[in-house]
Amino acid sequence: MTALLRLENVTKRFPVGRREITAVDSVSLEIHEGEILCMVGESGCGKTTTGKIISGLLRPTSGTVLYRGQDIWQMDRTAFSRFRKDVQVIHQDPYASLNPVRTVYKTLSAPLFRHRLVKNRKEATQKIIELLEIVGLTPPEDFIHKYPHQLSGGQRQRVSVARALTVNPRLIVADEATSMVDVSIRISLLNMLLRLRNELNVTFVFVTHDLSLAKYFAWDGRIAVMYVGRIVELSPTPQLIQQPRHPYTQALLSAIPEADPKLTRSKQRFQLRSHEIPSLLNLPPGCAFHPRCPWHQPGLCDQLRPQDELLQDGRQVACHVVSQQDREAAG
Amino acid sequence: MDSDSILKVENLSVIYQSRRGPVRAVREVSFDLKKGENLALIGESGCGKTTLGLALIRLLSKSARIVQGKILYRQGDRIIDVLSLSDDEVRRFRWQECAMVFQAALNAFNPVIRIWDHIYETAKSHGWTNRNEVREEALELFRMVQLDPHRVIDAYPHELSGGMRQRVLIAMSLLLKPQILILDEPTTALDILTQRTIIELLRRLKEEFHFSMIFISHDLALAAELADRVATMYAGRIIELTDVDSAFERPRHPYTYSLIRTVPTVHGDFQQLQSIPGSPPDLITPPQGCRFHPRCAFMTGSCLDEDPNLMPVDEKSAVACWRWREIDLRIKEAAER
Amino acid sequence: MMSFFRTLRRHPSGLLGFLGIIFFLLMVLVGPYVIPLDTKVKVDRIYSPPSLQHPLGTDHQGRDILSQIVHGGADLLYVAFLASLLSTMIAVVLGALSALIGGRVDSLLTGIVDVILTIPQFPLLAVLAGFVQLDSSTGIAILLALLSWPHLMRPIRSQVLSLKERDYVEAAIGLDLGTRHIIFAEILPNMASYIIIHFILAMTGSMYAQIGLVFLGLVPFSSSNWATMIQLAWVRGSIFFADSVYYILAPIAAISLFQLSLVSFSRALDEIVNPRLRAGDA
Repeated sequence: MTALLRLENVTKRFPVGRREITAVDSVSLEIHEGEILCMVGESGCGKTTTGKIISGLLRPTSGTVLYRGQDIWQMDRTAFSRFRKDVQVIHQDPYASLNPVRTVYKTLSAPLFRHRLVKNRKEATQKIIELLEIVGLTPPEDFIHKYPHQLSGGQRQRVSVARALTVNPRLIVADEATSMVDVSIRISLLNMLLRLRNELNVTFVFVTHDLSLAKYFAWDGRIAVMYVGRIVELSPTPQLIQQPRHPYTQALLSAIPEADPKLTRSKQRFQLRSHEIPSLLNLPPGCAFHPRCPWHQPGLCDQLRPQDELLQDGRQVACHVVSQQDREAAG
Repeated sequence: MDSDSILKVENLSVIYQSRRGPVRAVREVSFDLKKGENLALIGESGCGKTTLGLALIRLLSKSARIVQGKILYRQGDRIIDVLSLSDDEVRRFRWQECAMVFQAALNAFNPVIRIWDHIYETAKSHGWTNRNEVREEALELFRMVQLDPHRVIDAYPHELSGGMRQRVLIAMSLLLKPQILILDEPTTALDILTQRTIIELLRRLKEEFHFSMIFISHDLALAAELADRVATMYAGRIIELTDVDSAFERPRHPYTYSLIRTVPTVHGDFQQLQSIPGSPPDLITPPQGCRFHPRCAFMTGSCLDEDPNLMPVDEKSAVACWRWREIDLRIKEAAER
Repeated sequence: MMSFFRTLRRHPSGLLGFLGIIFFLLMVLVGPYVIPLDTKVKVDRIYSPPSLQHPLGTDHQGRDILSQIVHGGADLLYVAFLASLLSTMIAVVLGALSALIGGRVDSLLTGIVDVILTIPQFPLLAVLAGFVQLDSSTGIAILLALLSWPHLMRPIRSQVLSLKERDYVEAAIGLDLGTRHIIFAEILPNMASYIIIHFILAMTGSMYAQIGLVFLGLVPFSSSNWATMIQLAWVRGSIFFADSVYYILAPIAAISLFQLSLVSFSRALDEIVNPRLRAGDA
C-alpha cells in the first residue's frame, strides 16, 4: 500500500503568553489510501491539532507533511490548491460549521462554481440534488433551499459532509463530527460515512474522544491513541481494543463506562497512580505518562523519552516497559 | 406516598412560553424516588429531562410554568408539598433537602468570585454564618472529593480543570447535607478518566452520606454504571420506568429498545448498529397520538389515536406503549434465537 | 421583500418608524413640488397661530412655516445619509482589512482610530469647520464621515476577527473558495444587520452634528433649513415669546420625529436582516 499522506516528525508549538506549549510532539504517521484511521485521546492530547495539520489548515512548527510523496508546504500554487481540494474537513459543531445566512443551495454551489465543476444554475442544482441524496437528505427538494437554522443537528452534519463532497476529496478529516449530535441518530451518520468510504473509496481520519465510536467506525482500520501531544499506541482496531499494550490505552479502556450494566460492573479497573492530568505548560520529563503510570520504573521512565517502537506483532507503542516485555517475550 | 419513598411526583406538567407558541416540555410525569435510590432520567436533548429536574427544585425560568401536578417530599415524619412552599421555604428546601449539581462545563460559577466566596454565600443564605465552621466543613468535603482543599478553596473557577470544577460543585451541593442530589449531566464533556473519577466518587459519597440521587443524562453508559432504576423520557414524558437490568436487557418500550441499540460498547466484538429513523419531535407541534409513532417500527393504527399512559408491566416496571406485550414477546424470541 | 413586511407587521414600532421615514422622504423629495416656498414678507401676519391657510403658523416675517419645513429637510437628510454611508463604508473596508491582514497594518489602523477617538469630536469638528471653507453639503458630509468612521471600525474589526475563526470560514478556506468569497459571502453578510443598524444610527449622529454646526453659525446654509430655522428662532429670541412657539417647535418636532422613526425602524431591522429570526420560517 502506498501512503496517501505522511507526517514525518511533525511538531506544533503554540505561544501561550510568553511561553510555548507543544501541542503535537514529533508525530510520525502514515495514512493509506482508502483506510480509516481514528485519532483517539482526551482533551488537550493534540488530536485536533494533528487533524488540522493533516488537512493543511495548520502549518507545523517543524517536520514535514507529505501528500502523495510531495511536501505540501513546498508545493506550488496549483499543487497546493489540488491538495486543499483533495483533503476536506468535517467539523464538530453542527451549529458553527454552516454559515447561518447561507442556504444549503448557496453553501453547496459556491465550491461547484468556484472550481468550475458545473456551468450554470441548472447543473449546480442537479449536482446538489445528487449530493444531498448521497448524504441521505431525502427528498433533496425539501432541503435545498433551507437555512441551517431550519435543520436539525444531524441534518446539518449531513450538509457539511455534502459540502466536503462537492470537490471529490480523497481524504476526509472528521473532527468529532458526531459528538454533538443526538445519540439516536449518531450511528446513522457513522453508517453514512462508512458507506461513502465503500462507495467512493474516500480515506477517513476520524478524530474522537470516544473509544466506543472509534471501535465502531474503524473496526477494519487503525486507531492511534494520543496522550499529551504524542501517539502512544497505534495498531489495528480489534487488537487495540482487545489487547491494549500501552498502560494509558489500558487505563482508558478499563475506565470507559459501558452501556451494559453487567459488563460495566464486572470490568477490571486499571488503577492509576494519580488523577492529575499534566499541564502542557509543564510537562513531566521522560515519558509524559510516568507520573500516572502504575508500571513506571524510576530512573528510566522519568528520565528517558520512549521512542515509537514496532513490536513483534507489528503494533507501534511508545513505552519503555512494553518494549522490554516484548523483547523478553521474543527471547 | 409509600413509607420508603422520599420523593413522589404526581402528574406533573410544565409548559414554556416561546416565540412560536407554548412548549409542553414535561407532560403528566409521575414517579417516586426511594430512600437511598439512584434514579437515572435518560433521554435525548429536548426530551424534557432537565426541565423536569429544575421543576423538582422549582428553579424553572420565568417563561416556564408548572401547570398541574404535585411534588411531595418526605421530611422526617412530615410530608411536604413542594409546590405550595413559600419562596423562603423553597430556598431552604433547595439546598438543605434537595440540591442540584449543574453541568460544570456550563457557567455554573461566576468567574470573578473565588470558590470560597461561592461557598460562604450559599451557607450564609441558609443562616450558617460562622465562617470558620463553614470553611472547616468545606475543606473536609474537598478532601472527600479528592481535591487539594487549601489550593482549591481560594482558587478562581477558571484556575480549575473541568473535572475539578465538577468535583467542587458536588462538594458544594453536599454542604448542607441534603437528602436528595440531582445531578445534571455530571460527566458530560469530561474526559474518560475524569468521568471514571466522578463515578467512583459519587459511589463513595453515597456510602458516606446516604443521600438519594436523580441524575439526568443522555449517556446510557452512565445510567448502566450508576443507576438502580432508569426512567426513559421522550417528548416530555416518562415512557418507561424500570430497574436498570431490565432497562438494558429487557426494555419494553420500542424507543428504549432502539436507543440502547444505538450505543456501541467498547468490549466485545463488532456489532452492526442502527439509528432510530427520523429525529426527536418538536415539542410545540408534536405528533398526534403516541409521540414516538413516526419513528417506531411497531406502530399500528391505535398509536395514531391516543397517547398511551405509563402502565405497570410487573412489580418493577412500567411502560407507556400500546403494543408492549407483542414487542416483549418478539424481543424474547429474538434473544433466544 | 414579502418577509420584510411580514416581519414589520409584528413590530408595530418598527412599522411606524418605517412609515415615518417614508413620510419624511416623500415630504422633502416630493413636497417642494406641491408646496412652494413662501418667501414673501407679510407684516400683518407675523407669528400667526396655525390656521387652515398656515397649518403650522407663520414666522417672524409672516412667512408660512409649513413650507419652510417641507423645503428645509432635503439638505440635512442628504448630508446625514451621505455622511453615514461614507463613514460606514470606510469603517467596513478598513475594519475588515485590519482584521484579516493583521500585523503592522492592523496596529497602524487601530492606532489612527485610537487617536481620532481620543480627541473630543464636536470641538474638533467646529474648529475644522472654521478652517475649511465648507460651502457645499457634500463637503460637510465628507468632513463628518472622516470623523465618525472610527466608531464603527473598531467593532467591525473585532467581529471580523471572531468570524474568521468560525468553522464555516475554515471550511471555505479548505474548499479553496478565495479571499473575496470569504470576505463578501461568508463574513460580511453575518454582520449585515449590525452594519445597517449602525448606518441608521450614524445618520442620527450626523444630523445632530450638522445641526450643532449650523446652530453655532459655522456652516452657511440656505435659510430654509430645519437647523437654520432653530438658529434664527434662537437669535430672534423666539424662545421668549409665547407667540413664536410654533416657529421654534416645528423644526424641532421635524428633527425629533425623523430621528425617532430612524431609531424605531432600526430596532426591527435586526429581525428582518437575520434569517434566523425571520418570521414564518421555522
